[in-house]
Amino acid sequence: MNKLSLYLGCITPNRYPGIEKATKLCLERLEIDYADLSGASCCPAPGVFRSFDKATWLALASRNIVLSEEMERDVLTICNGCYGSLVDANNELKGDPALKKSTNAHLEKIGKKFKGTVAVRHIIELLYDDPGPEKIEEMVVHPLDLKVALHYGCHLVKPSKERELGSAECPRFFDELVEATGAESVNYPDKMACCGAGGGVRSALLDKSLEMLEHKLSRIRDADVDCIVNACPFCHLQFDGGQVEIEEKRGIKYNIPVLHYSQLLGLAFGYLPEELGIDLNLVTNEEFLLKLKGDR
Amino acid sequence: MTKSNKSNISDALKDAGLPILTCMQCGTCSGSCPSGRYTGMITRKIVRKARVSTDVLHDPDLWMCTTCYTCQERCPREIKITDAILAIRAIAVHEGIMLPEHRKVSQLVLEHGHAVPINDMVKEKRERLGMEALPETVHKYPDALRDVQTLLESCGFDKLVAGAQE
Repeated sequence: MNKLSLYLGCITPNRYPGIEKATKLCLERLEIDYADLSGASCCPAPGVFRSFDKATWLALASRNIVLSEEMERDVLTICNGCYGSLVDANNELKGDPALKKSTNAHLEKIGKKFKGTVAVRHIIELLYDDPGPEKIEEMVVHPLDLKVALHYGCHLVKPSKERELGSAECPRFFDELVEATGAESVNYPDKMACCGAGGGVRSALLDKSLEMLEHKLSRIRDADVDCIVNACPFCHLQFDGGQVEIEEKRGIKYNIPVLHYSQLLGLAFGYLPEELGIDLNLVTNEEFLLKLKGDR
Repeated sequence: MTKSNKSNISDALKDAGLPILTCMQCGTCSGSCPSGRYTGMITRKIVRKARVSTDVLHDPDLWMCTTCYTCQERCPREIKITDAILAIRAIAVHEGIMLPEHRKVSQLVLEHGHAVPINDMVKEKRERLGMEALPETVHKYPDALRDVQTLLESCGFDKLVAGAQE
């Protein structure tokens, strides 16, 4: 495995720092060589900034990639949105000399140059690739007795032609990583459906965004699970913050705990919920926290 | 994406490597759209409108797409529908059409380098977790933030989002 730089994005460090902490604890336990990507900015958000001005999207995304090139490390993302932005920008710039030239004209003003020497990875496809679910299962010290509703999110697997992770209709790789922790990944209708947050819909059309979310939440509630697991802090924000907003606006309480995969894996590696920031979510489900503690 | 040719969105998309004229209006996109169920967004109509007129730039449906890419995955003509919607949005923004909330998010990036900047409550959460209050991002490095702002100005993004008016 190549050495990695940990790219944080916006929502992880600035809303859900538990995901950042959990990620670092897991990477250290797995002895994966990573370093902080210091001075990185917003990726910038693919469905928003890309749809405002492509040159701006490429300039900011390429700067983040260049910081990692300077460290001679591949970029590790822990967010589907960041992954979508950075992997797509990296591929476009590597494949289009004219685009690379025009982007470098902007980067030159800050003394940087995009070379195209590193790859962009997402923690889920990275862990599936190496060490892989079998090795992770061997390293688990605290197998989890949890039923999980897994949410892949969109930009991890789509557009599938550019992701090379197989079918986006019914993928399995993330389920295998969840099952490596001992948890059961429960099938539910519309499992692959969008959470409703992306494309600037959550920021500009919150009520519509929450309707899409509530559709998923109702399916998940019917599946009778202990928690939702995701691989994207923006989906995480939508599931966690969105439940609070739905309760405020419509009086419907779902109260389903939400975990990023790094937090689930952290539990299986024996870390406590409060070490992983699981208790810092907006949805507070004491029953779930007690179950996690009672398991020990 | 530069200023649109007012008479033909479809040509601009073709130039961007996103041809849409092979669309046969089958509706697989609309049937697959998670937003359409709730927002009334009709993807098929966006594609049709984009072929014939610039009215599509004013269509509120443009902003209801969550960019989930399901339509693009399933299109039997392999049209890059989601990418085309993003490109049509960019033409709209360059025509001054932009939702106020999106202008606000843009201002956050101009000011902080983050679309979602930190706040005091999260600084406290970070410290409770034994982490530094400020993350290893532009938040901690003012020089890095200035570089980001220089890039945004170089791209004309500051003027684009400040001057955009519906």
